[in-house]
Amino acid sequence: MVFVLLAAFVLAPQARAQFSGAVSPASAYSIPQPQLIQPDALSRLLRAPAAARPLVLQVGSRIFFSQAHIPGSIYAGPGSQPAGLQLLESSVASSPKDRLIILYCGCCPWNRCPNVGPAYHRLRDLGFTHVKVLYLASNFGDDWVAKGYPVEEPQ
Amino acid sequence: MKIPRRSSLPFRFAFYACLLAPAVLHPAPHSLLHRPAPTFTRNDLSGKLVDLRAFRGQVVLLNFWATWCGPCRLELPRFAAWQTQYGPRGLQILAVSMDDDPAPVRALVRQLNLDFPVVMGDQPLGTLYGGVLGLPQTFLIGRDGTVRARLKGEADLQSLESRVRRLLAEPRP
Repeated sequence: MVFVLLAAFVLAPQARAQFSGAVSPASAYSIPQPQLIQPDALSRLLRAPAAARPLVLQVGSRIFFSQAHIPGSIYAGPGSQPAGLQLLESSVASSPKDRLIILYCGCCPWNRCPNVGPAYHRLRDLGFTHVKVLYLASNFGDDWVAKGYPVEEPQ
Repeated sequence: MKIPRRSSLPFRFAFYACLLAPAVLHPAPHSLLHRPAPTFTRNDLSGKLVDLRAFRGQVVLLNFWATWCGPCRLELPRFAAWQTQYGPRGLQILAVSMDDDPAPVRALVRQLNLDFPVVMGDQPLGTLYGGVLGLPQTFLIGRDGTVRARLKGEADLQSLESRVRRLLAEPRP
């Protein structure tokens, strides 16, 4: 038991950082809890009249996006890479700073996602005030597609 | 995701146990399990044609990964070791990178000295395998060319190795 706890503490630096408060901005854990949105809540927002719908941006892999993505969402590049952040900036360039923007990735389990943390912080640094991130515990396939939420797939 | 500082020890144990929980063996999608693995051809990073059909009679560990995927990077060196250890008995590792750009893939393959074919994935290949919408994902293909298992997430490598050994023990068709 002691060994397992010790191993867990060594192998879970992000969780450990969570205790100390020193969470890397690259980590999904650096996104404040109130800024997370659950799949069910987002699916309700997607049913709203067009003018009230958020701007939904996928900040992961293009190959994932082309397999399946949230209807109406835009591919904005992987947040873990400089080129991805540049594409993200251009994707929001014409948006008002108070527009509701939802970011999502789902490439990996939440605690391993390298993309949502940097993308979230970049938008906040740019002055966007209403940025939320879709919480996908395992991945986009299991937590969104397999649960029957709306998906756009290639024909 | 924060757990209260004054959480009880059992709660903390459960929390960390969940964090460490390895991927479980999921049955492949109904359309794939115990059915012939979807065949494909792609060029590997050196330009050599890789045809899944050429590996018939071998056990194939088909791994979908990406350079930015932390758990994937932990698995790859073990897969390289298995290729060396079990290759003579009929194991073939085949890695499909879901990176958008091959440059970081080439660099990591060199860095890890991966001695098995690595091809670049794409949307049709992901769709062919039931939608690869989370990484890592590993398929085990038996000597008869059928899909035996699909593992989602970071694999329990000990369990996976046992599974590979059992498949290797099966007679060639």
